[in-house]
Amino acid sequence: MISFSQVSKRYPGGLEALRGVTLTIERSEMVFITGPSGAGKSTVLKLMAAIERPTSGSVLVNNQNIGRLRARAVPFLRRNFGLIFQDHKLLFDRTAFDNVMLPLAITGFQRREAARRVRAALDKVGLLPKEKAYPVRLSGGEQQRLAIARAIVHRPAVLLADEPTGNLDAAYALEIGELFRSFNQVGVTVVIATHDESLAARLKPRRIALREGKVAT
Amino acid sequence: MRAWLWNQLDAFGTTLARFARAPVAALLNFGVIGIALALPVGLYVALDNLKGLTRTLASDPQLSVFLALDAGRADADGIATRLRRHPAVRESRFVSRDAALKELKASTGLADIVDSLPANPLPDAFVVVPRDPAPEALESLRDEVSRWPKVTHVQLDAAWARRLEAGLRVARLAVWILATLFAFALVAVTFNTIRLQILTRREEIEVSKLIGATDAFIRRPFLYFGALQGLAGGLAAWGIIWVGIYFLNGGLADLSRLYASPIELAHLGIEDSASLLAFSAALGWFGSWLSVNQHLAQIEPS
Repeated sequence: MISFSQVSKRYPGGLEALRGVTLTIERSEMVFITGPSGAGKSTVLKLMAAIERPTSGSVLVNNQNIGRLRARAVPFLRRNFGLIFQDHKLLFDRTAFDNVMLPLAITGFQRREAARRVRAALDKVGLLPKEKAYPVRLSGGEQQRLAIARAIVHRPAVLLADEPTGNLDAAYALEIGELFRSFNQVGVTVVIATHDESLAARLKPRRIALREGKVAT
Repeated sequence: MRAWLWNQLDAFGTTLARFARAPVAALLNFGVIGIALALPVGLYVALDNLKGLTRTLASDPQLSVFLALDAGRADADGIATRLRRHPAVRESRFVSRDAALKELKASTGLADIVDSLPANPLPDAFVVVPRDPAPEALESLRDEVSRWPKVTHVQLDAAWARRLEAGLRVARLAVWILATLFAFALVAVTFNTIRLQILTRREEIEVSKLIGATDAFIRRPFLYFGALQGLAGGLAAWGIIWVGIYFLNGGLADLSRLYASPIELAHLGIEDSASLLAFSAALGWFGSWLSVNQHLAQIEPS
């Protein structure tokens, strides 16, 4: 479903984040991309979601070549993904409910069905009682769960998470890990960039280790 | 189709909510746009009223045909027949030199001076009402008649009205120049408002792009905002002009009582009002479109 072939990424300014990375992720797989900071974990995720484009090599997602994707096609590619960021990227001027509604509003979902799905997603992450709360009133763990609800509400085929447990204490991290496991069990492909060893030990995913922009063997 | 409609409604609702969230700023913007539009539109209304006035004044243009002093009764009769038969003449009236002198004495208060004259200095004359009041037709008739024997001078009585009309044409040009300038101002105001909005909504735009929003989806509420702001500004301009005319007519009522003839300014017609609103909404839309195109591309998630 996702394959990198000899992918290099050089950022403006000369930083070489990836050097000839080749990897494949199958449908319904759970994969951890690990490695120290600066190894290129985030860049791999950004290339998958067409947030960045490869300098050389090819990135294929559902047989679409990211490097040659037209700008107009990018939004439709991204709808295949649920994106989860370390800093959550929640919108603080709207309620938990409205934050989760956003991906459905974008696709012009019919309203009643959309509201039902939003509540289901909030229920799944245990935030249904707080649907009217604004993100500032939620704890760090709750904010991350809200971000997860937003990422899954449109039922994407792939979840991409960048350090999803980075700022959380162990108990919260465990909860989040279990959420990812449950999504994976129903067939969602889960790709997590992390250096959280305890999470990896628990979920026992396939690991792709990166070191200085290359796949370490 | 249905989804598209929901999207439109959603964007519309979002826009109204944005106005409601900053009502003072919104009202100030409406006011600025309204005043900017009221200037050229007010001038337009004034000109429109003046134009109506000149039309009634100049609608019955007359030619005064003066004969030579040595022209006799027979000459006058000949010219009277010629005028009667002329296809471009609707009506002609003979004013004899004696009648003219009597009229001068009666109407101007110059009786003493007139009486002291040794002889009547006035010529015989005809007052001619042409069939076609267009300036070109008047001029050709004047040129033709002035070449007839015993005719010394042909005076176009509506000349001043035509001069006024020419003046109005220049003024109308000024209105258009003014309208263009203020239209530019409206676009600029909208452009800037939308720019500020985009900056404050940077995060929202970024997140929307990350989760797969098309540019059209992100653009839509801003375009609605611009168009609605323009429309509200147009309404404000309409209101300013209506109130202005209302008060002016109050003042004119006294004046018209003094002159014993009704003087009243007409309000903007339905067609003009609709064009004003459509025009201001379209300009607002255009301003925000420019702004969104300029600034949206700069916000890319990283």
